[in-house]
Formats: sequence, structure tokens, C-alpha cells
Amino acid sequence: MSDALVQARGLRKCFGDIEAVSGIDVDVRPGEAFGFLGPNGAGKSSAMRMIGCVSPRTAGELQVLGLDPDVDGPRIRARLGVVPQQDNLDTELSVRDNLHVYGRYFGLSRAAVRAKATELLDFAQLTDRASDKVEPLSGGMKRRLTIARSLVNDPELMLLDEPTTGLDPQARHLLWDRLFRLKQQGVTLILTTHYMDEAEQLCDRLVVMDGGLIVAEGSPGDLIARYSSREVLELRFAPGEQHGQRAAVDELAERLEELPDRLLLYTTDGERALSAAHQRGVRPVSSLVRRATLEDVFLRLTGRSLVD
Amino acid sequence: MTALLDPPRATGAALPGWRATLLVVEGLWTWYRRNWRATVISSVLQPLLFLVAFGVGFGTLLDRGGRAQQVIDVPYLVYLAPALLAVGAIQNAAFESTYPVLSAFKWQRNYWGVSATPITPGQLACGQLSWITLRLAGSGAAYLLVISLFGAARGPGIVAALPLAVLCGMAFSAPVVAFAATVENDGAAFNALFRFVVMPMTLFSGTFFPISQLPEPVRPLAWISPLWHGTELTRGAALGVLELGPALGHTAYLAALVIAGVLLARWRFRARLAR
Repeated sequence: MSDALVQARGLRKCFGDIEAVSGIDVDVRPGEAFGFLGPNGAGKSSAMRMIGCVSPRTAGELQVLGLDPDVDGPRIRARLGVVPQQDNLDTELSVRDNLHVYGRYFGLSRAAVRAKATELLDFAQLTDRASDKVEPLSGGMKRRLTIARSLVNDPELMLLDEPTTGLDPQARHLLWDRLFRLKQQGVTLILTTHYMDEAEQLCDRLVVMDGGLIVAEGSPGDLIARYSSREVLELRFAPGEQHGQRAAVDELAERLEELPDRLLLYTTDGERALSAAHQRGVRPVSSLVRRATLEDVFLRLTGRSLVD
Repeated sequence: MTALLDPPRATGAALPGWRATLLVVEGLWTWYRRNWRATVISSVLQPLLFLVAFGVGFGTLLDRGGRAQQVIDVPYLVYLAPALLAVGAIQNAAFESTYPVLSAFKWQRNYWGVSATPITPGQLACGQLSWITLRLAGSGAAYLLVISLFGAARGPGIVAALPLAVLCGMAFSAPVVAFAATVENDGAAFNALFRFVVMPMTLFSGTFFPISQLPEPVRPLAWISPLWHGTELTRGAALGVLELGPALGHTAYLAALVIAGVLLARWRFRARLAR
């Protein structure tokens, strides 16, 4: 698609012998919120750094905002807003100075930067901390400031690498709210996350990465429909007992997964499966019927074992 | 998505090298404006202590004894003061080029923030080095004021010594910045640099006594030291005894170190930030 803001074909990144990204195709359209999901080490951040025009690609094609990062890196970066995984604010400067200095790096005039900083302090709800140094701010405040800072140049495309990792629920919801507003203003968002609720909340479309490759692609609803069932029935047992019950409930579900203390039955109707299980004499310690989530998709696609 | 307002647009413009360099300097100045007090003590006080201890204290002994006059034909304080200008530049260069650079890569990580803007890693390196140049010039000027109060300045030549001292400091700073950009651990290598490079360089580069007093086999070590070349220049300018030929030679050596250091620093910044 020619109007894609980001277009990658066979994009690869190697660090020495290690291949972090092993050939991915990505199209991000104007105005959408696009997510990279995947476990740690899946290659999300490497992909983001290539799209952010800081890390040169090893192979493949990449266009960002219609330009080639290898040729026009600085011009593309002038139109991007980047929220890195690890905050890199200047903690010895005040909140406002952080915005000033960063805005100047984009070649903006002092007057423009001053006006923008005031607007962004309000957006990030940091106006009353404007003259404080960054150092003592809470994690949520620093994250909000990092997001505000990334907006100082009025970017057309924002890259957010795990924007809410390590934040408490209040701070996460406030950040999500700010990101929704940006999206409403027409800013295109690309984010990485390993929080499935975040992906479901924010992303119109997403790809699941594992081992440097894209293993699935679609909207959250699509992916749940394709890789999971509508509902999940969780039957909990004393640890170890679940295995003996497996045969009794096996045919009640489209797919069955066994964990150390429970059985997960993927089915379209959880309540019906539960009463059928009861009729067959299965007596779990407790049971739960819930909607399938992206987390079920994620675990199915990328496995339950630790990767790092 | 329909935009509620016509949103303002990013510039989409790259920055010319000189502009990017100035903007990096401006960013560092913003920090300095708020935190300068801590740096004044270390950058001016230290050469001053040397001046009092050696120039005034030790120098009085030398001048009274008279035997030093066979080698040095001016009061020891006057002999020492311009050389300490060069020592101060080297020591400030050593400090400004090590931990602050490592910190901007590793602890504060603000170089990574800059790398996401139109400013390129090479421009960032040039900005950092330009900033150090200004810092050395500022500290040197403050030191000059103080030594004139001590009566250690003889004539206007000492003013010409200032840019020469800054050149000397940058001949050391630029390669050290390149080195600091390669350090990945917590900077233990800097301790070795201070102990085994800066310290001996300070003692044996002709600051306190002419290198003709060194045993002959050791003298080539002084010749490679940027501080010796800087000392010859600053002292020569201050005492008005600088000859054109040697002056060009010393300046060329220091300029070559600066150029090599700048190229190395730009390369290391690119290698670290754009990987």
C-alpha cells in the first residue's frame, strides 16, 4: 500500500551472529494504532529502533513516512515522536527545561518551544511540577513527561516502546487516556507491549512477534477469533489432580490446555461446558468462565515457557 | 480518523552541522547555568592550590637559593603560572571528557534521547567537544584573572597563552571523549587514565622544571605528551620568548591530536548510538 506510513519488506537486523529480527513485513496506515506484541527478546525493540531511524537495518526494505531511513534519517526523525523503553530524561533539569531543551534539538525557535512546553505540561498534568527537578518525580510522572517530550515537535507518527511497563494501574489508565486523545487528533501510534490488556485497549491492529518473526497479524478481535475460542472455562484442582480429570472433559472443548493446577477448556459456551463437566462427575475445587483474551492468543502462539 | 483541529505539522527538516552543534552546546549550557557552582571549585581551585604551594611556597626557596636561576631566568612564580594554565586545561579536559560522557551514554542516557531527534551522533559528538572547549576557556580565563592578582603575569603575552592552553586541553579531551564513548562498564578504566596518564603527564611535562632536567632516555615520553607542547606554547607566549618555528611545530602536533580525536569521537558515537 503506497500511503502506508511505515512499510517494511523482509526487514532484518543482526547484531554480530545474533539475528534479532529475521525478516518481517509490516504496513502501518495513517491514523491507526499498531502494536508489536511478543515476549522479551522477540525483536520488538529492534524493529522499533529501525523504524525510529536510529538503528540501521541489516537487510530488507524499509520506508518511514515515504522516505528511506538510510538516506533521510534526520528528516524522518524530525517528524517522529519517540518514547523509549527506558526513560532518558535529563534528571538534573527541571520538568519544563526538559521540554525546552528537547524542542530546541528539533530546531524549533525559543518562542515556539516555550509555548509548546506550556501546552504539553497541561496535557501531561505536570503544570504544578514544572519548576521541579525530574529526579524526585514518580515513575508515572516521568513517563508522562517522556510522552510529553516526544510530542514537542508535533510528530505525525509516535513510537512507544513499552509505554506503561512498571507503572501502577492509575498511571497506566491516565497514560492510555492521553494516547487515546492523540489518536483522536490523527496521530499514528506504533507501540510495543507485553501487556495484553494494553494491546486490546489501544491497538486497532497488531502483530505477534516471536523469535524475530511475525507469527500472527490482525485486529485483537480477529486474533482471538482465529487463535482462541470465544470463552474459556478454567477448572481448578488441587495441584496434580488435574491430569486425572483430563479424559473426562477432553471432548467438551475445542482445545484443552493443562497447567499444574488446572485445566483450561477453550469453548464457545463456557457455562454449558461447565454443567456438562459436572454431569460427568468432575468436581473441581473452583471454576471460572471468562471471555477469551489476547493473552490466551499470546500464550498459544508464543508458548508458556520462559524465553530469557 | 477525522482530526478535530488542523493539527500543527512537524518541520521535517534536517539540521545543518553547525546548527546542530550549537543546539547541543545550548542544551549543555542549560544544565551548566543551574549547576555551575559545583564545577568552579574543582576547575579553578586546583591549579590555584598548585600555584600557591609550588609557585609561592616552593618558589620562594628556589629564588632565594639562586641556583635555579641557572636554568630559569625569571621568578619561579612567573615561570610556573602559565604552565599551570596548561595543566588546568588538561585536568579539566580529563574530568569533562570522562564521567559526564559515560553518564550521558549509560546512567542519565540523555545521548539516547538526542539520538531520536534530527541531530546525528556525529553532530552530538561535535557539540559535546565544543562545549568542553568553552568550559576550558571559561575556567582558564578565571584562572588568568586570579594569577594576575598574584602578580604572576608578566605582560600581555599571558592572554595569548589562554587559547593555546585550550588547544592543549582539547588535544587531550578529544581522544579521551572517543575513549569514554567506548567504555561499557562503570568507568574503572578512568581511574587508570587519571593515575597512569594524567598524573605522570602533570609531573613530567616541563610544568615544574624544564624537561632538560629529565634523564635523557625518559625525554621522548615528554615529547609525546600534549601537555609538554602546551606548556612550551603557554610559557613561551607568557614570557614573550616564543619562536615561530617551534611554535608552529607544537601547534601542529596539538592540532593533529584534536583532529584525530574529533574523527575518532564521531566514529565511536555513531558506533554506539546507531547500532
